[in-house]
Amino acid sequence: MTDRPRNPVRKSFSSPLASAFVIAMTVLWTIPTFGLLVTSLRPKKDVTTDGWWNALIHPDFGLGNYHEVLFEGGSGSSTGMMPFLVNSLAISIPATLFPLVLAAMAAYALAWVRFRGSDAVFFTVFALQVVPLQMALIPLLRLFSGGAHLGPLTLIPALGVKGSYAPVWLAHTMFAMPLAVFLLHNFIAQLPRDLMEAAVVDGASHFKIFRSIVLPLCAPALASFAIFQFLWVWNDLLVALVFAGGTPEVAPMTVRLAQQAGSLGGRWELLTAGAFLSVIVPLIVFFSLQRYFVRGLLAGSVKG
Amino acid sequence: MSVSGSPPAADSLAVGAWGDAAVKFGNSVGAIAGFLGILLVVFLVAGRARGRLARPLAVLVFLGPAVLLLVVGLVAPLIRTVYLSLHNADGSRFVGGENFGWAFTTDSVQKVLVNTLLWLLVAPLAATGLGLVLALLVDRMRGQSVYKSLIFMPMAISLVGASIIFKFVYEARGKDQPQIGLLSQLAHAVGWSDPPNWLLSQPLNTFLLMVVMVWVQTGFAMVVLSAAIKAIPDEVVEAARLDGATGVRLFWYVTVPMIRTTVMVVLTTVMIITLKAFDIVRTMTGGNFGTQVLANEMYSQSFGQSNDGRGGALAVLLFLAVLPLVAYNIVQLRREREVR
Repeated sequence: MTDRPRNPVRKSFSSPLASAFVIAMTVLWTIPTFGLLVTSLRPKKDVTTDGWWNALIHPDFGLGNYHEVLFEGGSGSSTGMMPFLVNSLAISIPATLFPLVLAAMAAYALAWVRFRGSDAVFFTVFALQVVPLQMALIPLLRLFSGGAHLGPLTLIPALGVKGSYAPVWLAHTMFAMPLAVFLLHNFIAQLPRDLMEAAVVDGASHFKIFRSIVLPLCAPALASFAIFQFLWVWNDLLVALVFAGGTPEVAPMTVRLAQQAGSLGGRWELLTAGAFLSVIVPLIVFFSLQRYFVRGLLAGSVKG
Repeated sequence: MSVSGSPPAADSLAVGAWGDAAVKFGNSVGAIAGFLGILLVVFLVAGRARGRLARPLAVLVFLGPAVLLLVVGLVAPLIRTVYLSLHNADGSRFVGGENFGWAFTTDSVQKVLVNTLLWLLVAPLAATGLGLVLALLVDRMRGQSVYKSLIFMPMAISLVGASIIFKFVYEARGKDQPQIGLLSQLAHAVGWSDPPNWLLSQPLNTFLLMVVMVWVQTGFAMVVLSAAIKAIPDEVVEAARLDGATGVRLFWYVTVPMIRTTVMVVLTTVMIITLKAFDIVRTMTGGNFGTQVLANEMYSQSFGQSNDGRGGALAVLLFLAVLPLVAYNIVQLRREREVR
């Protein structure tokens, strides 16, 4: 997002009115999050008696809500947010790494190890991108809990992984695969042909080429997909609800927050603190790695 | 475990929390180490193969895991869901189109279908339209990256988080009480003394929920479209200007055609994300007060009422709703590949 030399298309839309509109939109877009942050820092009695905007005039801020929501959890619940926060991290990191590595391998095979039907495989993978997750939930849940059977024949045994992270990792890895293969393929296919051929002439195996040429050269693409996938998993509710249940043992923060949005009803000081806790990690990732994030976005949607 | 809130209890609880965290991270790190270890061994072993076996082995090792995951995780479940949708609640009896009949003839489900269609049309069009306007306006402003970042920021926030943010904005209280929700306060500020309880009033509430989706997606549309506009070659624009095109004409006859593909890609992407309206509806209203959507109803049927047949039928309907998008995207990709 750098300022490039000006282009006449843009100049023709130039006017103070336009600038005012953009500024107004920016303020409008930022205020809700800002209100959340301000509220989460205010004492309980203030939150319920007047609007957060008044706190800007008479500030009285503290971290008490965060302590309460992390370790005590508010009324009607036995644990705080802490175990769920840990779950979020423990789910997100492997669920980012697994699809990243496996998709990079698949993308390399589809781009550089030519074989019969590789185009068909590529198109199928691409098409699977648009299958709604909802289509896969029930059968996959049954597979995890009961295995797969064809009549009396057991194709896949019950995995016995209920109550652990494994089903969530696995589900995220599966669901990420189409987009990951597609995006990384776009990038890996554009590596210079001469370089690859030279490596083959030198007698390098595909495994060596992948490790010592493809992975290092694709680092930016891998980084941008990793950010995507991390945010996607961290922010996910549906997959977590189905495959992790709602317990402090496995469920991530999103599940807990969605529960609290119903159960904590009026306790805005706790709800806002909880919500801000869940938002802070993605925001840090977003603001510190924005460049890669945007690059990944553009690789996926603007060809050129 | 009871929590007294007294300092010692809270402290011991905190210690327990750290121990718990250590175990969980241990699991996570162990899984990663195991995964990378297996890969390393496979690579070392398979990398030694030479001759005629080398290529098939490479295809198998590189592509095998991804294909297996896709077949087990998406393709087989897809077929299975279609199968389930044609059977009764526990899958024991074939019922043909009964579940689909139920979906189209039950009043409450009809309402859900209408809501889902509204979501799929209104939210993506609004987000893409607003994103396009912003992309056109923001690019010539000084400090554009600041504006872009702030408008783009909600994209990083989970839909659950965004829902809580907006639930707070929409918080409504009796007219004699002090308002703590921004929207109610604004209504009062402009002299609307008795505004409705936002999330309870149909059909307004469905659109208020869509605002959350638009808030999240507009920045994405803006960033992608702005890049597409920057990529329009200067010569094209210059030529059009020499022919006398300016302002709005330049926009409609040069900018729009040049970025048409990107607009479609953005629209498609936002529509696919809109299928996740599930998160918003579930967090903000739980699907009550006439705001239910297909994805959430499907979840309640399958996991709340254990009716896999109906849940499956709703999932199939959801798929049929996006099928045109699938077709469009595949045609588009084919065309691009031919050009290449």
